[in-house]
Amino acid sequence: MTDIEPDETVDARGAACPGPLMDLIGTIRDVESGDVVRLLSDAEQSLTDVPEWAEEAGNELLAVEELDDHNAFYVEKS
Amino acid sequence: MTEHVVIVGGGTGGTVLANDLADRLDAELDAGDVRITLINDGPDHVYKPVWLYVPFGQREPADGRRPLDELVDDAVDLRIDRVTAIDTEAQRLQFDGTTPSVGYDHLVLATGSTLEPEQIPGLAEGGHDYYSESGSTALRDELLEFTEGHLVLSVIGSPHMCPAAPLEFVFMADDWFRERGLREDVDITYTYPIQRVHGNPHIAEWARPIMDERGIEVETFFNAEEVDPDSETLTSMEGTDLDYDLLVTIPPHGGIDLIEEAGLGDNGWVDVDKHTLEAEAADNVYALGDTADTGVPNAGSVAHYQAGVVGQRLASQIRGRPATATYDGKTLCFIETGMDAASFVEFDYENQPSPAPPSEKLHWSKLAYNESYWLTARGLL
Repeated sequence: MTDIEPDETVDARGAACPGPLMDLIGTIRDVESGDVVRLLSDAEQSLTDVPEWAEEAGNELLAVEELDDHNAFYVEKS
Repeated sequence: MTEHVVIVGGGTGGTVLANDLADRLDAELDAGDVRITLINDGPDHVYKPVWLYVPFGQREPADGRRPLDELVDDAVDLRIDRVTAIDTEAQRLQFDGTTPSVGYDHLVLATGSTLEPEQIPGLAEGGHDYYSESGSTALRDELLEFTEGHLVLSVIGSPHMCPAAPLEFVFMADDWFRERGLREDVDITYTYPIQRVHGNPHIAEWARPIMDERGIEVETFFNAEEVDPDSETLTSMEGTDLDYDLLVTIPPHGGIDLIEEAGLGDNGWVDVDKHTLEAEAADNVYALGDTADTGVPNAGSVAHYQAGVVGQRLASQIRGRPATATYDGKTLCFIETGMDAASFVEFDYENQPSPAPPSEKLHWSKLAYNESYWLTARGLL
């Protein structure tokens, strides 16, 4: 368990790729610099999509939390 | 007691469903046991795939527009009005002004997508599109005069209508300029929000080599943040600047506000069971086409197939039988790869697409289907 407190949570469980990443990008668009967005996704491809995009966009992937049936990604907007 | 089925939205999904139900429930309609109302906010049905051809001077917007009252079965009550609120507890729809509300026993939401260019500063002023009638004609005026410079096609909104259309546009533009001897004077760049050129990895894997072979430049992980119409620059969230001479975009899309206001889902998309298409947050409500958040493409074929499923389920429910029909994710799509060649894909929730080798036959199949689409709208094909 992480103790990071997200400013926003995006629940993209059930969505097929690239839905979760697009939901994350849409939310990052709207938040302030320094805010942390938590993405919940059960799509396997998010494990590669999200880190690759975070690096490309210069945002920091603070943590990936493995939960029972999905993953939680914590991304801080640069 | 007369059961009232109300369909909101007279696009592909709503119109096919209204005609499907009129046929399926013929006896019940005659006996007065069922009433079907189709509500649309305008008198015409619009077939949007025509817009792809408008900028190239090959079709007119009027080719994709016909009066709903010519397409919809006479047994259906057609109402031209705008719904302003949905009360799923009372099972009633509100309208503007003093117009009385309407009750329903079964509601189907087929309200589709709307364009939201205002989400991106400068986009409405600097960008063109072919996802609206006015956009396609304005782009035609620019494109027919365009003989040199940098053409940028940027996919901004996702999900968006017809996921193949951005690829089709650059493939067609490449071929169109080549045939006219102008390709060496025109640079074409395609941008996409994620790390490949299409949301579906199998289609992306097929399309990318074709783009490379034809000299179509690609920028992936490109999420447009701002357009500066004065300097003709498109800037991405990832920090890339692209100078353009003609900017064509797929603008951000959204559903209509009243869906979120009714608590049925976010951004205008209804949360549904992706097999039954029943709304998760309310009883006796279905959604189909773009409006249903199923994760499958926002495509006419999807709305068409889903309408058949909802039609079967509603007929079963109205007859007091268990509804067993389910949607399996079936999607079918022709993909233009030039001005006289096309590919074809078919897939569902379980099976991935495998694009067919491009051919002239598939191109003509696409054009032939576009012409015969009006039989689909009538519920005949």
